[in-house]
Amino acid sequence: MQLKPIAQTASGCTSSGCGGRSDQLTHLPKHIREKVHNHPCYSEQAHHHYARMHVAVAPACNIQCHYCNRKYDCTNESRPGVVSELLKPDQAVKKVMAVAANIPQMTVLGIAGPGDPLANPERTFETFRQITEKAPDIKLCVSTNGLALPEHVDALCEHNIDHVTITINCIDPDIGAKIYPWIFWNHQRIKGRKAAEILISQQQKGLQMLTDRGILVKVNSVMIPGINDQHLVEVSKVVKAKGAFLHNVMPLIAEKEHGTFYGIMGQRGPTTDELTALQDQCAGDMNMMRHCRQCRADAVGMLGEDRNEEFTLDKIEHMDIDYQQAMQQRAAYQQQIEQENQQQSRGEMVISLAALKSKKSLRPVLMAVASSGSGVINQHFGHAKEFLIYEANDMDVRFIGHRKVDLYCHGGDSCGEAESKLDKIIRALEGCEVVLCSKIGYEPWETLEQAGIQPNSEHAMEVIEEAVAAVYQEMADKGELTQQHHAWLATA
Amino acid sequence: MTYQIIETCVNCCACEPLCPSDAIIEARPHFLISAKKCTECEGDYIDPQCVSICPIEGAILDSFGKAANPIGSLTGIPAAQWVAMIAEVRASV
Ligand code: SF4
Ligand code: SF4
Repeated sequence: MQLKPIAQTASGCTSSGCGGRSDQLTHLPKHIREKVHNHPCYSEQAHHHYARMHVAVAPACNIQCHYCNRKYDCTNESRPGVVSELLKPDQAVKKVMAVAANIPQMTVLGIAGPGDPLANPERTFETFRQITEKAPDIKLCVSTNGLALPEHVDALCEHNIDHVTITINCIDPDIGAKIYPWIFWNHQRIKGRKAAEILISQQQKGLQMLTDRGILVKVNSVMIPGINDQHLVEVSKVVKAKGAFLHNVMPLIAEKEHGTFYGIMGQRGPTTDELTALQDQCAGDMNMMRHCRQCRADAVGMLGEDRNEEFTLDKIEHMDIDYQQAMQQRAAYQQQIEQENQQQSRGEMVISLAALKSKKSLRPVLMAVASSGSGVINQHFGHAKEFLIYEANDMDVRFIGHRKVDLYCHGGDSCGEAESKLDKIIRALEGCEVVLCSKIGYEPWETLEQAGIQPNSEHAMEVIEEAVAAVYQEMADKGELTQQHHAWLATA
Repeated sequence: MTYQIIETCVNCCACEPLCPSDAIIEARPHFLISAKKCTECEGDYIDPQCVSICPIEGAILDSFGKAANPIGSLTGIPAAQWVAMIAEVRASV
């Protein structure tokens, strides 16, 4: 089959400055930095250029979380961690080879569900064994709730897996009892505080065992307001002390129709402000991963861009793959990316606003950007499924994170079905003062303006950071930055 | 009558490898328990293994035909709230 040229097809993160200013990894020891270099989930640098895929081979789970409902796995589902096509190890391997041959950026294979990979050790390890044999250039990673982790650490090491993600939502069993209704342990279903106690101790033990063996560990936490939000600051400290190198705080997504305990009981997710505040608090201790977009468990492609549809079982059935040849192409592509990266870091694309000669101190401004890739403002407002959020202040421009339009529900009464797509966008852009896009219709323009968000399409096709800096400069010149944002004043 | 898996099973495979009697069959549309083989785990475990790991309330019936994991026993969601949610979602479709 024809190998597609890839340079343009996908540039993972749409922001060129994402992590560019100060790579969050620079403080890490060299050997760890090298390990994360190509991992799209770990390195802000890497997620522009490298892709990962997940295969769903692990249906069983050994615990229940209040934010998960095992019944709901319909094909329309696009919540994170939910998959529809369950694969046998042989099928999964075939799919991985097909994707790797077509998408040379694909460097990481993960198994993350739909259950817990380590509650399905035969399926998980059979998949890894075959991949190591057939596609040795692909890195392997696994995400787990940690309950069965200690007993599998040796097997993980054998399979040469150097990335493990553990979801740790608490280290206090009383809090745990509010998140986990039961676990399956020692041939029994255990409930309540005792269940949480066992789970927590297994997670912490597994984490320590992995880092002792030099395996990279990332910790994911789900932020559940009123349950574990403040506690996560402590969690961040503890997991760092045990050697986890990245702590990723994700928002709880709870909707009634998901049928989860939290959804039905009306537990709300965090607002974007609450989430950012907590991430900031934790970032003091540890590197945070702001570009996480909560990919689906079987996501294929760059973070946030799911190409799974191209690689369904019947489609790969008819693909004829010459992996030897593909591997060469992959190597060539990756080398090219490396070179470009080095050139870029020599060129040091730093946007400095230090030149702003203002006596008064200027407040920072959040701007949302619609971009479909390549680090430029090139997307129509109405086509954006997510926005890149930048913060400009009188020193520089920095990438803050992504806001997905549909994912961010803030719970509460404002969450009715009558809410239009535009309302949703406005809610997702809470706190932003400007939206940069390539084009925007008259109606959304007006609505945005009324909501205190200034649309701007004057910088179409410009490099994001430069445009954000220019707009900030304009705002400064107009004297808008010495006063509070009027939208905030209105609601405060 | 022994334990029995019914159509609300979501085929998560969790029970199958745990059965000490090889009684669980990976059938479609859903998993099944061979009545001939199932020992109710007697002599092997205190609790029936399939019942102890199954995440779906009502998917496994006991020998009296009753849900081995009744509604609310696993998720903690009160039955009334669950029923109301289902009705609401159905109505909005
Ligand atoms: S009760 Fe025990 S023996 Fe019977 S099917 Fe379940 S696991 Fe197997
Ligand atoms: S554990 Fe329950 S839902 Fe899963 S396959 Fe067995 S009976 Fe079905």
